[in-house]
Amino acid sequence: MGNQGLNGKPLVSIVSAGLSKFGKHEGLYARELFSYAAKEAFDRCPKLEPKRDVKAMFIGHMGEAYEHQGHTGSAVADWAGLLGVAATRTEAACASSGAALRSGIFAVLSGLADVVIVGGVEKMTHRSTSEVTEYLAMASDYPFEQFHGITFPGLFALMATAHMNAYGTTQEQMAKVAVKNHHNASLNPKAHLQKEITVDKVMESKMVAWPFKMYDCSLITDGASCVVLAKPELAAKYTDQPVHIVGSGQASDTIGLYERKSLTSLQATKTAAKTAYDMAAVSPAQVQVAEVHDCFTYAELMAYEDLGFCPVGESGALIDSGETCLGGRLPVNTSGGLKAKGHPVGATGTAQVYEIYLQLTGQAEKRQVKDAKLGLTHNVGGSGATATVHLYRSDA
Amino acid sequence: MSTQVPFTIEQFYKFLAEGKLMAAKCQKCGKIHLPPRPMCDNCYGQDFVWMEVSGKGKLLTYTTIHVAPQQFQSLVPYTVGIVELENGLKLPGMISGIPPEAVKIGMALKVEFKACDVGQTWPQWQRYCFKLT
Repeated sequence: MGNQGLNGKPLVSIVSAGLSKFGKHEGLYARELFSYAAKEAFDRCPKLEPKRDVKAMFIGHMGEAYEHQGHTGSAVADWAGLLGVAATRTEAACASSGAALRSGIFAVLSGLADVVIVGGVEKMTHRSTSEVTEYLAMASDYPFEQFHGITFPGLFALMATAHMNAYGTTQEQMAKVAVKNHHNASLNPKAHLQKEITVDKVMESKMVAWPFKMYDCSLITDGASCVVLAKPELAAKYTDQPVHIVGSGQASDTIGLYERKSLTSLQATKTAAKTAYDMAAVSPAQVQVAEVHDCFTYAELMAYEDLGFCPVGESGALIDSGETCLGGRLPVNTSGGLKAKGHPVGATGTAQVYEIYLQLTGQAEKRQVKDAKLGLTHNVGGSGATATVHLYRSDA
Repeated sequence: MSTQVPFTIEQFYKFLAEGKLMAAKCQKCGKIHLPPRPMCDNCYGQDFVWMEVSGKGKLLTYTTIHVAPQQFQSLVPYTVGIVELENGLKLPGMISGIPPEAVKIGMALKVEFKACDVGQTWPQWQRYCFKLT
Protein backbone atom coordinates (compact mmCIF):
# COMPACT_ATOMS: atom_id res chain seq x y z
CA MET A 1 0.00 0.00 0.00
CA GLY A 2 2.91 2.36 0.78
CA ASN A 3 2.85 5.76 2.38
CA GLN A 4 -0.52 7.39 1.89
CA GLY A 5 1.09 10.83 1.98
CA LEU A 6 -0.76 11.76 5.15
CA ASN A 7 2.29 11.61 7.43
CA GLY A 8 0.35 11.52 10.62
CA LYS A 9 -2.34 14.04 9.67
CA PRO A 10 -5.52 13.14 11.58
CA LEU A 11 -8.05 11.23 9.50
CA VAL A 12 -10.81 11.73 12.07
CA SER A 13 -10.94 12.66 15.74
CA ILE A 14 -12.55 10.73 18.56
CA VAL A 15 -14.55 13.15 20.70
CA SER A 16 -16.23 10.64 23.00
CA ALA A 17 -16.65 6.95 23.73
CA GLY A 18 -18.76 4.64 25.85
CA LEU A 19 -18.75 1.01 26.92
CA SER A 20 -21.37 -1.14 28.60
CA LYS A 21 -20.25 -3.32 31.47
CA PHE A 22 -18.95 -6.54 29.88
CA GLY A 23 -20.31 -9.76 31.33
CA LYS A 24 -23.54 -11.69 31.59
CA HIS A 25 -26.60 -9.51 31.05
CA GLU A 26 -29.61 -11.73 31.53
CA GLY A 27 -32.81 -10.39 30.07
CA LEU A 28 -31.24 -7.69 27.94
CA TYR A 29 -31.46 -7.62 24.17
CA ALA A 30 -28.46 -6.41 22.12
CA ARG A 31 -30.18 -3.16 21.19
CA GLU A 32 -30.87 -2.47 24.88
CA LEU A 33 -27.26 -3.24 25.77
CA PHE A 34 -26.03 -0.79 23.15
CA SER A 35 -28.03 2.04 24.70
CA TYR A 36 -25.82 1.83 27.82
CA ALA A 37 -22.68 2.35 25.72
CA ALA A 38 -24.31 5.21 23.80
CA LYS A 39 -25.51 6.85 27.06
CA GLU A 40 -21.96 6.90 28.44
CA ALA A 41 -20.63 8.38 25.18
CA PHE A 42 -23.33 11.09 25.21
CA ASP A 43 -22.75 11.90 28.90
CA ARG A 44 -19.00 12.27 28.33
CA CYS A 45 -19.60 14.84 25.63
CA PRO A 46 -22.17 17.40 26.85
CA LYS A 47 -21.56 19.64 23.86
CA LEU A 48 -22.74 16.91 21.49
CA GLU A 49 -26.43 17.10 20.59
CA PRO A 50 -26.92 13.58 19.23
CA LYS A 51 -30.18 14.14 17.35
CA ARG A 52 -28.75 17.24 15.66
CA ASP A 53 -25.13 16.32 15.13
CA VAL A 54 -24.91 12.59 14.37
CA LYS A 55 -25.34 11.95 10.65
CA ALA A 56 -24.51 8.28 10.37
CA MET A 57 -24.00 5.11 12.41
CA PHE A 58 -22.05 1.97 11.62
CA ILE A 59 -22.67 -0.88 14.03
CA GLY A 60 -20.63 -4.05 14.17
CA HIS A 61 -22.77 -7.11 14.87
CA MET A 62 -21.65 -10.58 13.92
CA GLY A 63 -24.55 -12.97 14.13
CA GLU A 64 -28.31 -13.17 13.69
CA ALA A 65 -28.30 -16.60 15.27
CA TYR A 66 -27.85 -15.44 18.85
CA GLU A 67 -31.14 -13.53 19.08
CA HIS A 68 -32.88 -14.47 15.80
CA GLN A 69 -32.31 -10.84 14.96
CA GLY A 70 -30.75 -9.32 11.90
CA HIS A 71 -31.00 -5.72 10.63
CA THR A 72 -29.30 -4.57 13.79
CA GLY A 73 -28.15 -1.15 12.59
CA SER A 74 -31.58 0.43 12.62
CA ALA A 75 -32.72 -1.28 15.82
CA VAL A 76 -29.63 -0.04 17.66
CA ALA A 77 -30.03 3.49 16.28
CA ASP A 78 -33.63 3.62 17.52
CA TRP A 79 -32.78 2.37 21.02
CA ALA A 80 -29.89 4.88 21.18
CA GLY A 81 -32.30 7.76 20.62
CA LEU A 82 -31.19 8.33 17.05
CA LEU A 83 -34.23 7.25 15.05
CA GLY A 84 -33.92 8.52 11.50
CA VAL A 85 -30.12 8.55 11.33
CA ALA A 86 -28.47 6.63 8.47
CA ALA A 87 -27.65 3.39 10.27
CA THR A 88 -25.89 0.36 8.81
CA ARG A 89 -24.72 -2.89 10.31
CA THR A 90 -21.20 -3.97 9.40
CA GLU A 91 -20.19 -7.63 9.52
CA ALA A 92 -16.67 -9.02 9.41
CA ALA A 93 -16.97 -11.72 12.06
CA CYS A 94 -15.03 -10.71 15.20
CA ALA A 95 -13.72 -7.65 13.33
CA SER A 96 -17.24 -6.36 12.73
CA SER A 97 -16.73 -3.16 14.70
CA GLY A 98 -13.18 -2.72 13.45
CA ALA A 99 -14.89 -2.62 10.07
CA ALA A 100 -17.52 -0.22 11.49
CA LEU A 101 -14.69 2.10 12.51
CA ARG A 102 -13.26 1.98 8.99
CA SER A 103 -16.70 2.76 7.56
CA GLY A 104 -17.02 5.72 9.93
CA ILE A 105 -13.64 7.02 8.82
CA PHE A 106 -14.71 6.69 5.18
CA ALA A 107 -17.91 8.64 5.93
CA VAL A 108 -16.13 11.52 7.66
CA LEU A 109 -13.20 11.72 5.25
CA SER A 110 -15.55 11.73 2.26
CA GLY A 111 -17.20 14.85 3.63
CA LEU A 112 -20.64 13.23 3.64
CA ALA A 113 -20.88 13.38 7.46
CA ASP A 114 -19.14 15.58 10.03
CA VAL A 115 -20.06 13.47 13.04
CA VAL A 116 -20.67 9.72 13.02
CA ILE A 117 -21.11 7.02 15.63
CA VAL A 118 -19.32 3.72 15.25
CA GLY A 119 -19.75 0.86 17.64
CA GLY A 120 -20.72 -2.71 18.09
CA VAL A 121 -22.73 -5.15 20.14
CA GLU A 122 -23.21 -8.86 20.74
CA LYS A 123 -25.46 -10.74 23.15
CA MET A 124 -24.08 -14.27 23.59
CA THR A 125 -24.35 -15.66 27.11
CA HIS A 126 -27.96 -16.84 26.87
CA ARG A 127 -26.84 -19.57 24.45
CA SER A 128 -25.14 -22.85 25.35
CA THR A 129 -21.40 -23.28 24.79
CA SER A 130 -22.16 -25.77 22.03
CA GLU A 131 -24.45 -23.30 20.24
CA VAL A 132 -21.94 -20.45 20.57
CA THR A 133 -19.17 -22.75 19.30
CA GLU A 134 -21.28 -23.45 16.22
CA TYR A 135 -22.23 -19.79 15.62
CA LEU A 136 -18.62 -18.63 15.91
CA ALA A 137 -17.48 -21.37 13.55
CA MET A 138 -19.70 -19.79 10.89
CA ALA A 139 -16.89 -17.27 10.39
CA SER A 140 -14.68 -20.07 9.07
CA ASP A 141 -14.78 -21.92 5.75
CA TYR A 142 -17.95 -24.04 5.90
CA PRO A 143 -17.31 -26.70 3.20
CA PHE A 144 -13.79 -27.56 4.33
CA GLU A 145 -13.46 -26.50 7.98
CA GLN A 146 -16.83 -26.57 9.76
CA PHE A 147 -18.00 -29.53 7.68
CA HIS A 148 -15.09 -31.55 9.07
CA GLY A 149 -15.67 -30.56 12.69
CA ILE A 150 -13.07 -27.81 12.96
CA THR A 151 -14.05 -25.21 15.55
CA PHE A 152 -12.88 -21.67 16.12
CA PRO A 153 -10.57 -22.50 19.02
CA GLY A 154 -9.44 -25.37 16.78
CA LEU A 155 -8.34 -23.01 13.99
CA PHE A 156 -6.20 -20.90 16.30
CA ALA A 157 -4.93 -24.10 17.93
CA LEU A 158 -3.77 -25.29 14.50
CA MET A 159 -1.72 -22.08 14.25
CA ALA A 160 -0.41 -22.42 17.82
CA THR A 161 0.72 -26.01 17.21
CA ALA A 162 2.57 -24.91 14.07
CA HIS A 163 4.28 -22.07 15.98
CA MET A 164 5.28 -24.40 18.83
CA ASN A 165 6.77 -26.76 16.26
CA ALA A 166 8.61 -24.03 14.32
CA TYR A 167 9.93 -21.85 17.15
CA GLY A 168 9.71 -23.87 20.35
CA THR A 169 6.99 -21.67 21.84
CA THR A 170 5.55 -23.31 24.95
CA GLN A 171 2.13 -23.71 26.51
CA GLU A 172 3.50 -21.91 29.57
CA GLN A 173 4.39 -18.87 27.46
CA MET A 174 0.85 -18.82 26.10
CA ALA A 175 -0.47 -19.15 29.65
CA LYS A 176 1.49 -16.03 30.64
CA VAL A 177 -0.64 -14.02 28.18
CA ALA A 178 -3.72 -15.12 30.10
CA VAL A 179 -2.13 -14.35 33.47
CA LYS A 180 -1.15 -10.83 32.32
CA ASN A 181 -4.54 -10.06 30.83
CA HIS A 182 -6.43 -11.35 33.86
CA HIS A 183 -4.27 -9.10 36.04
CA ASN A 184 -5.14 -6.10 33.84
CA ALA A 185 -8.82 -7.02 33.94
CA SER A 186 -8.69 -7.14 37.73
CA LEU A 187 -8.03 -3.37 37.51
CA ASN A 188 -10.88 -2.76 35.05
CA PRO A 189 -14.32 -2.35 36.62
CA LYS A 190 -16.00 -3.03 33.26
CA ALA A 191 -14.21 -6.34 32.63
CA HIS A 192 -16.14 -9.61 32.62
CA LEU A 193 -13.63 -11.51 34.80
CA GLN A 194 -11.92 -9.29 37.36
CA LYS A 195 -9.82 -11.97 38.99
CA GLU A 196 -6.17 -12.91 38.91
CA ILE A 197 -5.07 -16.36 37.73
CA THR A 198 -1.77 -18.25 37.68
CA VAL A 199 0.11 -20.21 35.01
CA ASP A 200 -0.75 -23.40 36.94
CA LYS A 201 -4.44 -22.55 36.85
CA VAL A 202 -4.28 -22.14 33.06
CA MET A 203 -2.37 -25.40 32.63
CA GLU A 204 -4.79 -27.35 34.83
CA SER A 205 -7.99 -26.01 33.23
CA LYS A 206 -10.23 -28.11 31.03
CA MET A 207 -8.95 -28.89 27.52
CA VAL A 208 -10.85 -27.11 24.71
CA ALA A 209 -8.72 -27.69 21.60
CA TRP A 210 -5.19 -28.87 22.29
CA PRO A 211 -2.96 -26.98 23.18
CA PHE A 212 -5.67 -24.56 24.33
CA LYS A 213 -7.23 -25.05 27.73
CA MET A 214 -10.24 -23.12 28.98
CA TYR A 215 -8.04 -20.29 30.30
CA ASP A 216 -6.34 -19.92 26.91
CA CYS A 217 -9.68 -18.92 25.41
CA SER A 218 -11.54 -15.62 25.45
CA LEU A 219 -14.87 -15.38 27.17
CA ILE A 220 -18.40 -15.70 25.89
CA THR A 221 -19.66 -12.27 26.90
CA ASP A 222 -22.45 -9.74 26.41
CA GLY A 223 -21.36 -6.20 25.70
CA ALA A 224 -21.55 -3.06 23.60
CA SER A 225 -19.18 -0.27 22.64
CA CYS A 226 -19.69 3.17 21.13
CA VAL A 227 -17.26 5.77 19.75
CA VAL A 228 -18.11 9.26 18.46
CA LEU A 229 -15.98 10.40 15.50
CA ALA A 230 -15.81 13.96 14.20
CA LYS A 231 -14.08 15.78 11.40
CA PRO A 232 -10.73 16.90 12.92
CA GLU A 233 -11.44 20.57 12.24
CA LEU A 234 -14.61 20.28 14.36
CA ALA A 235 -13.20 18.26 17.25
CA ALA A 236 -12.49 21.29 19.44
CA LYS A 237 -16.18 22.18 19.27
CA TYR A 238 -16.97 19.01 21.22
CA THR A 239 -14.00 18.32 23.49
CA ASP A 240 -10.74 19.70 24.88
CA GLN A 241 -9.19 16.22 24.66
CA PRO A 242 -9.65 14.81 21.17
CA VAL A 243 -7.84 11.62 20.24
CA HIS A 244 -6.85 11.61 16.58
CA ILE A 245 -6.87 8.53 14.39
CA VAL A 246 -3.71 8.91 12.33
CA GLY A 247 -3.47 5.52 10.64
CA SER A 248 -6.09 3.06 9.38
CA GLY A 249 -5.45 -0.26 7.68
CA GLN A 250 -7.69 -3.18 6.77
CA ALA A 251 -6.93 -6.28 4.74
CA SER A 252 -8.44 -9.64 3.80
CA ASP A 253 -7.09 -13.16 3.41
CA THR A 254 -8.49 -16.57 2.42
CA ILE A 255 -11.44 -17.58 4.59
CA GLY A 256 -9.95 -21.07 4.90
CA LEU A 257 -6.84 -21.30 7.08
CA TYR A 258 -5.57 -24.24 5.02
CA GLU A 259 -5.07 -22.11 1.90
CA ARG A 260 -2.64 -19.68 3.57
CA LYS A 261 1.10 -19.58 2.89
CA SER A 262 1.84 -19.21 6.61
CA LEU A 263 0.19 -21.06 9.47
CA THR A 264 2.04 -19.07 12.14
CA SER A 265 1.22 -15.50 11.12
CA LEU A 266 -1.69 -13.51 9.70
CA GLN A 267 -0.93 -11.79 6.41
CA ALA A 268 -4.05 -9.64 6.80
CA THR A 269 -2.65 -8.20 10.05
CA LYS A 270 0.74 -7.57 8.47
CA THR A 271 -0.80 -5.80 5.47
CA ALA A 272 -3.21 -3.73 7.58
CA ALA A 273 -0.40 -2.78 9.97
CA LYS A 274 1.90 -1.66 7.17
CA THR A 275 -0.85 0.53 5.74
CA ALA A 276 -1.58 2.07 9.15
CA TYR A 277 2.08 2.62 10.12
CA ASP A 278 2.87 4.20 6.73
CA MET A 279 -0.18 6.45 6.91
CA ALA A 280 0.72 7.60 10.42
CA ALA A 281 4.45 7.81 9.61
CA VAL A 282 5.34 5.89 12.78
CA SER A 283 7.22 2.68 13.51
CA PRO A 284 6.13 -0.18 15.77
CA ALA A 285 8.80 0.89 18.29
CA GLN A 286 6.97 4.18 18.85
CA VAL A 287 3.71 2.55 19.99
CA GLN A 288 3.23 3.11 23.74
CA VAL A 289 0.05 1.13 24.42
CA ALA A 290 -1.81 -1.45 22.32
CA GLU A 291 -5.04 -3.42 22.39
CA VAL A 292 -4.52 -6.52 20.25
CA HIS A 293 -6.86 -9.35 19.28
CA ASP A 294 -6.23 -12.00 21.96
CA CYS A 295 -9.22 -14.24 21.22
CA PHE A 296 -6.86 -17.05 22.26
CA THR A 297 -3.57 -16.67 24.11
CA TYR A 298 -1.55 -17.65 21.06
CA ALA A 299 -3.33 -14.95 19.02
CA GLU A 300 -1.70 -12.28 21.19
CA LEU A 301 1.76 -13.80 20.66
CA MET A 302 1.12 -13.93 16.91
CA ALA A 303 0.02 -10.27 17.00
CA TYR A 304 3.33 -9.25 18.64
CA GLU A 305 5.15 -10.63 15.60
CA ASP A 306 2.69 -9.50 12.91
CA LEU A 307 2.54 -5.94 14.31
CA GLY A 308 6.33 -5.71 14.49
CA PHE A 309 6.61 -5.58 18.29
CA CYS A 310 9.25 -8.34 18.12
CA PRO A 311 11.04 -10.41 15.46
CA VAL A 312 9.34 -13.51 14.01
CA GLY A 313 9.54 -16.44 16.40
CA GLU A 314 10.38 -14.33 19.45
CA SER A 315 6.92 -13.59 20.82
CA GLY A 316 7.37 -16.24 23.52
CA ALA A 317 10.51 -14.45 24.70
CA LEU A 318 8.66 -11.12 24.62
CA ILE A 319 5.92 -12.32 26.98
CA ASP A 320 8.63 -13.89 29.21
CA SER A 321 10.41 -10.50 29.39
CA GLY A 322 7.42 -8.78 30.98
CA GLU A 323 7.72 -5.85 28.56
CA THR A 324 4.06 -6.14 27.56
CA CYS A 325 2.83 -6.00 31.17
CA LEU A 326 1.60 -2.81 32.81
CA GLY A 327 4.76 -0.93 33.75
CA GLY A 328 6.70 -2.54 30.88
CA ARG A 329 8.03 -0.97 27.68
CA LEU A 330 4.86 -1.61 25.69
CA PRO A 331 1.81 -2.57 27.77
CA VAL A 332 -0.57 -4.72 25.69
CA ASN A 333 -4.24 -5.29 26.46
CA THR A 334 -4.36 -3.03 29.50
CA SER A 335 -8.16 -3.49 29.48
CA GLY A 336 -7.80 -7.20 30.15
CA GLY A 337 -8.20 -7.94 26.44
CA LEU A 338 -10.70 -10.26 24.85
CA LYS A 339 -9.28 -12.89 27.17
CA ALA A 340 -10.50 -11.41 30.47
CA LYS A 341 -12.41 -8.22 29.71
CA GLY A 342 -14.52 -10.41 27.44
CA HIS A 343 -15.22 -10.91 23.74
CA PRO A 344 -18.75 -9.95 22.69
CA VAL A 345 -17.62 -10.43 19.13
CA GLY A 346 -19.37 -7.54 17.35
CA ALA A 347 -18.46 -5.10 20.13
CA THR A 348 -14.79 -6.00 20.44
CA GLY A 349 -13.17 -3.74 17.82
CA THR A 350 -14.59 -0.50 19.16
CA ALA A 351 -14.21 -1.70 22.77
CA GLN A 352 -10.48 -1.75 22.01
CA VAL A 353 -10.81 1.84 20.76
CA TYR A 354 -12.55 2.76 24.04
CA GLU A 355 -9.57 1.54 26.08
CA ILE A 356 -7.05 3.43 23.92
CA TYR A 357 -9.28 6.53 24.17
CA LEU A 358 -9.14 6.26 27.98
CA GLN A 359 -5.39 5.71 27.93
CA LEU A 360 -4.60 8.65 25.64
CA THR A 361 -6.87 11.01 27.59
CA GLY A 362 -5.43 9.95 30.95
CA GLN A 363 -8.67 8.34 32.17
CA ALA A 364 -7.54 4.71 32.56
CA GLU A 365 -7.19 4.99 36.35
CA LYS A 366 -5.29 2.02 37.83
CA ARG A 367 -4.41 0.81 34.33
CA GLN A 368 -3.05 4.14 33.16
CA VAL A 369 0.10 3.95 31.04
CA LYS A 370 2.16 6.99 32.03
CA ASP A 371 2.31 9.74 29.39
CA ALA A 372 0.81 7.56 26.66
CA LYS A 373 0.46 9.59 23.46
CA LEU A 374 0.51 6.94 20.72
CA GLY A 375 -1.75 3.89 20.80
CA LEU A 376 -2.70 1.00 18.51
CA THR A 377 -5.71 -1.29 18.10
CA HIS A 378 -5.74 -4.58 16.22
CA ASN A 379 -8.98 -6.42 15.46
CA VAL A 380 -9.15 -9.81 13.70
CA GLY A 381 -12.14 -11.43 12.00
CA GLY A 382 -12.43 -15.19 11.63
CA SER A 383 -9.13 -17.04 11.68
CA GLY A 384 -7.55 -13.99 10.05
CA ALA A 385 -9.59 -13.51 6.88
CA THR A 386 -10.07 -9.91 8.06
CA ALA A 387 -7.82 -7.66 10.11
CA THR A 388 -8.00 -3.98 10.94
CA VAL A 389 -5.19 -1.96 12.52
CA HIS A 390 -5.57 1.63 13.71
CA LEU A 391 -3.15 4.15 15.22
CA TYR A 392 -4.17 6.92 17.63
CA ARG A 393 -2.42 10.05 18.82
CA SER A 394 -3.25 12.61 21.45
CA ASP A 395 -1.64 16.03 21.39
CA ALA A 396 -2.34 16.93 25.00
CA MET B 1 -12.66 -35.33 -18.17
CA SER B 2 -15.47 -33.37 -19.75
CA THR B 3 -15.41 -29.65 -19.22
CA GLN B 4 -19.22 -29.81 -19.01
CA VAL B 5 -18.87 -30.88 -15.40
CA PRO B 6 -19.06 -27.68 -13.32
CA PHE B 7 -15.95 -26.58 -11.46
CA THR B 8 -17.60 -26.23 -8.08
CA ILE B 9 -17.06 -27.26 -4.47
CA GLU B 10 -20.12 -29.48 -4.73
CA GLN B 11 -18.64 -31.27 -7.73
CA PHE B 12 -15.41 -31.78 -5.74
CA TYR B 13 -17.47 -33.67 -3.17
CA LYS B 14 -19.35 -35.62 -5.86
CA PHE B 15 -16.00 -36.88 -7.14
CA LEU B 16 -15.06 -37.84 -3.59
CA ALA B 17 -18.12 -40.07 -3.53
CA GLU B 18 -16.62 -41.81 -6.56
CA GLY B 19 -13.33 -42.25 -4.68
CA LYS B 20 -11.50 -39.55 -6.61
CA LEU B 21 -9.65 -36.54 -5.23
CA MET B 22 -9.97 -33.98 -8.02
CA ALA B 23 -8.55 -30.49 -8.54
CA ALA B 24 -9.15 -28.03 -11.38
CA LYS B 25 -6.30 -26.75 -13.53
CA CYS B 26 -6.65 -23.37 -15.23
CA GLN B 27 -5.93 -23.83 -18.95
CA LYS B 28 -4.87 -20.21 -19.33
CA CYS B 29 -2.27 -19.76 -16.56
CA GLY B 30 -1.80 -23.29 -15.25
CA LYS B 31 -2.79 -22.60 -11.64
CA ILE B 32 -4.22 -25.66 -9.89
CA HIS B 33 -7.24 -25.03 -7.70
CA LEU B 34 -8.28 -27.19 -4.76
CA PRO B 35 -11.11 -26.62 -4.11
CA PRO B 36 -12.11 -25.85 -7.70
CA ARG B 37 -13.70 -22.50 -8.43
CA PRO B 38 -15.64 -21.09 -11.40
CA MET B 39 -13.09 -18.35 -12.11
CA CYS B 40 -9.31 -18.42 -11.72
CA ASP B 41 -8.25 -15.91 -9.06
CA ASN B 42 -4.86 -15.56 -10.76
CA CYS B 43 -5.75 -14.76 -14.38
CA TYR B 44 -9.60 -14.57 -14.30
CA GLY B 45 -9.77 -17.41 -16.79
CA GLN B 46 -12.79 -19.74 -16.85
CA ASP B 47 -11.37 -22.58 -18.87
CA PHE B 48 -10.43 -25.46 -16.56
CA VAL B 49 -9.64 -29.12 -16.82
CA TRP B 50 -10.11 -31.66 -14.02
CA MET B 51 -7.06 -33.49 -12.77
CA GLU B 52 -6.88 -36.30 -10.23
CA VAL B 53 -4.40 -35.53 -7.46
CA SER B 54 -2.57 -37.76 -5.03
CA GLY B 55 -4.26 -38.27 -1.70
CA LYS B 56 -0.93 -38.78 -0.01
CA GLY B 57 0.79 -36.07 1.97
CA LYS B 58 2.32 -34.96 5.22
CA LEU B 59 0.77 -33.35 8.28
CA LEU B 60 1.50 -29.61 8.60
CA THR B 61 -0.30 -29.00 11.90
CA TYR B 62 -3.05 -30.45 14.10
CA THR B 63 -5.26 -29.97 17.13
CA THR B 64 -7.46 -32.25 19.20
CA ILE B 65 -10.97 -30.87 19.67
CA HIS B 66 -12.57 -31.39 23.07
CA VAL B 67 -15.39 -28.82 22.87
CA ALA B 68 -17.35 -29.45 19.68
CA PRO B 69 -20.53 -28.25 18.00
CA GLN B 70 -23.59 -30.41 18.73
CA GLN B 71 -23.33 -32.59 15.62
CA PHE B 72 -19.75 -33.64 16.39
CA GLN B 73 -20.08 -34.14 20.13
CA SER B 74 -20.34 -37.92 19.92
CA LEU B 75 -16.84 -38.00 18.39
CA VAL B 76 -15.07 -35.94 21.08
CA PRO B 77 -12.10 -35.92 21.47
CA TYR B 78 -11.18 -35.98 17.80
CA THR B 79 -8.10 -34.73 15.99
CA VAL B 80 -8.14 -32.45 12.95
CA GLY B 81 -5.23 -31.23 10.91
CA ILE B 82 -4.03 -29.63 7.70
CA VAL B 83 -2.30 -31.94 5.25
CA GLU B 84 0.00 -30.85 2.43
CA LEU B 85 -0.49 -33.22 -0.48
CA GLU B 86 2.35 -34.39 -2.70
CA ASN B 87 1.67 -31.65 -5.25
CA GLY B 88 1.76 -28.87 -2.66
CA LEU B 89 -2.02 -28.44 -2.41
CA LYS B 90 -3.45 -28.44 1.10
CA LEU B 91 -6.60 -29.86 2.68
CA PRO B 92 -7.92 -29.80 6.23
CA GLY B 93 -9.75 -32.73 7.76
CA MET B 94 -10.16 -35.23 10.54
CA ILE B 95 -7.32 -37.60 11.32
CA SER B 96 -8.71 -40.97 12.27
CA GLY B 97 -7.32 -44.23 13.54
CA ILE B 98 -4.41 -42.58 15.38
CA PRO B 99 -4.49 -41.78 19.12
CA PRO B 100 -4.18 -37.98 19.64
CA GLU B 101 -0.91 -38.33 21.57
CA ALA B 102 0.64 -40.24 18.65
CA VAL B 103 -0.10 -37.53 16.09
CA LYS B 104 3.06 -35.70 14.99
CA ILE B 105 3.75 -32.85 12.57
CA GLY B 106 5.38 -34.22 9.41
CA MET B 107 3.80 -37.68 9.66
CA ALA B 108 2.77 -39.32 6.37
CA LEU B 109 -1.01 -39.49 5.87
CA LYS B 110 -3.39 -40.33 3.06
CA VAL B 111 -6.95 -39.42 2.23
CA GLU B 112 -9.62 -42.03 2.89
CA PHE B 113 -12.98 -41.52 1.26
CA LYS B 114 -15.24 -42.45 4.09
CA ALA B 115 -15.72 -41.10 7.52
CA CYS B 116 -18.23 -40.58 10.24
CA ASP B 117 -21.91 -39.99 9.62
CA VAL B 118 -22.92 -37.09 11.79
CA GLY B 119 -26.58 -37.18 10.80
CA GLN B 120 -26.49 -33.93 8.90
CA THR B 121 -29.34 -32.98 6.56
CA TRP B 122 -27.44 -30.44 4.45
CA PRO B 123 -25.15 -30.70 2.68
CA GLN B 124 -25.20 -34.47 2.31
CA TRP B 125 -21.72 -34.76 0.93
CA GLN B 126 -19.30 -37.62 1.01
CA ARG B 127 -16.85 -37.08 3.85
CA TYR B 128 -13.15 -37.80 3.86
CA CYS B 129 -10.57 -38.18 6.56
CA PHE B 130 -6.83 -38.75 6.83
CA LYS B 131 -5.24 -42.03 7.91
CA LEU B 132 -1.71 -43.33 8.24
CA THR B 133 -0.21 -44.41 4.93
